[in-house]
Amino acid sequence: MHNKSVAELSRELESGKISSVELTRQFLDRLKQEDGKYNSFITITEEQALAEAKAADEMRAAGKATAWTGVPFAHKDIFCTNGVRTTCGSKMLENFVPPYDATVTARFRQAGAVCLGKTNMDEFAMGSSNESSYFGAVTNPWGLSSGQKRVPGGSSGGSAAAVAARLVPAATATDTGGSIRQPAALCGVTGLKPTYGRVSRYGMIAFASSLDQGGTIARSAEDNALMLNVMAGFDPKDSTSIDREVPDYTATLNEPLKGLKIGLPKEYFTDQLSPAMEEQVRNAVKEYEKLGATVKEVSLPNAKLAIAAYYVIAPAEASANLSRFDGVRYGYRCEDPKDLMDMYTRTRAEGFGAEVKRRILVGTYALSHGYYDAYYLKAQKVRRLIQQDFANAFKEVDVLMSPTSPSPAFIQGEKTNDPVTMYLEDIFTIAINLAGLPAMSVPAGFVDGLPVGLQIIGDYFAEARLLNAAHQFQQVTDWHQREPK
Amino acid sequence: MSISREDIEKVAVLARIKVDDEQVSALEKDLGNILDLVDQLSAADTDSVEPMAHPLDAVQRLRPDEVTETNQREAFQAIAPATEDGLYLVPKVIE
Repeated sequence: MHNKSVAELSRELESGKISSVELTRQFLDRLKQEDGKYNSFITITEEQALAEAKAADEMRAAGKATAWTGVPFAHKDIFCTNGVRTTCGSKMLENFVPPYDATVTARFRQAGAVCLGKTNMDEFAMGSSNESSYFGAVTNPWGLSSGQKRVPGGSSGGSAAAVAARLVPAATATDTGGSIRQPAALCGVTGLKPTYGRVSRYGMIAFASSLDQGGTIARSAEDNALMLNVMAGFDPKDSTSIDREVPDYTATLNEPLKGLKIGLPKEYFTDQLSPAMEEQVRNAVKEYEKLGATVKEVSLPNAKLAIAAYYVIAPAEASANLSRFDGVRYGYRCEDPKDLMDMYTRTRAEGFGAEVKRRILVGTYALSHGYYDAYYLKAQKVRRLIQQDFANAFKEVDVLMSPTSPSPAFIQGEKTNDPVTMYLEDIFTIAINLAGLPAMSVPAGFVDGLPVGLQIIGDYFAEARLLNAAHQFQQVTDWHQREPK
Repeated sequence: MSISREDIEKVAVLARIKVDDEQVSALEKDLGNILDLVDQLSAADTDSVEPMAHPLDAVQRLRPDEVTETNQREAFQAIAPATEDGLYLVPKVIE
């Protein structure tokens, strides 16, 4: 059962061949047995999962089943779950049990899905390797057989590794600068970051509010579509949520791609990309040509400024968002504070890890007196230039394609000494967040036995088109079905 | 662009994060490298460009001024580090 997709599991449950309680028990047993190798979960919620499975079976018996009723999955530990601790990968929230559900959590609950637990992540979603988690690094299931422990990417590394290792068929994720797409690429699974505002951020612990977006990780595009059907939609509790009709994302998966216009941004095919990676990506584009798509080169002249703009905007917003962790209302508080200032400064020094502190300090500096115009305002202007590049490209083509990451999964510890080297992991993904566009990563081949991801970028609210393009590719390739040994 | 030890100490106070001398040295290097990366922005010509705050240029919605949430003080305070009589406890502020 663990190899089946969400769509297949849904059909098994519908046919009555297996109950959700039986299915959940099988997944839980396997998860407990296998996850020691990967550390992809922070919390396994066995009791709650079995209770949800029982309720799902009753929901089905009452004729109220949805596509998700009784299907197991997991949440990234950034989504608040009422009564289940939500750590965001941080010591600061090690014992935080939210008294409410995130909107995304509530929607899956309502659909009758069975949550097996909370997946590991970089602390406060800040990282590209899942090595900054207070709960330990996650190991990529790929490459393990050669004896080398590789990173799964980050920050949604736990979700991507768990899906790749067949511990769950699907997991929620979030993406601020590449945190869905890069781990999906490095773990050989399919991930979607929707348009900014498409999925509610309510109860999703904030990192950089103008960039954060919840999304999906699963093995196939079809399963991503099933996830987005649950997650997408207007939420009055999120002031940046967009009130716009949500299509059935599975309805258009089978539309033919004949006439699809693909743009290849020349700035994303530079010497930062190894020839072996480039070959895989170009082969994938050739498959699209066989499916009737046309390909042309386009230019995103300001894309080279994306990392610089991001490392002003994201830390600035993080420094404001993370000021809420003060040791007063919830979360960690240091021992025996002498006075209020001592409580604040030690609580935050002890509760946050090194990367989170670096970013808070950079952000505080960028927003401090005398620097606001030179950094934050300047970055917001560059952000508009980047957005205009994409707008110009989408006048000529329907989707853009590029590699998701500059290289496949690297060895743990290889990039932890220099933050800037780690930041360059997101060189092909970050501009999309600055522009607020939707994008996917789709498995598209291997280099040295490690998965390569193809990034497909769409115009605003083009999620259905991206899923359609990814699904059609997955009908003629089997990269997404390869299993790590 | 470099950042001085004094700047780091000042920013750490603003951010309410305690840093010791050894950490300041490491931060001097790391933050200096990050600011070098960020300095690429100064090359961009942005004279006539409007800053972008929201990808879809959406503005904050307003809602009617009505009570929509119920009082959940007990649930919220149950997860606080220290409370008494419905109040959050912090170290003494005024002597």
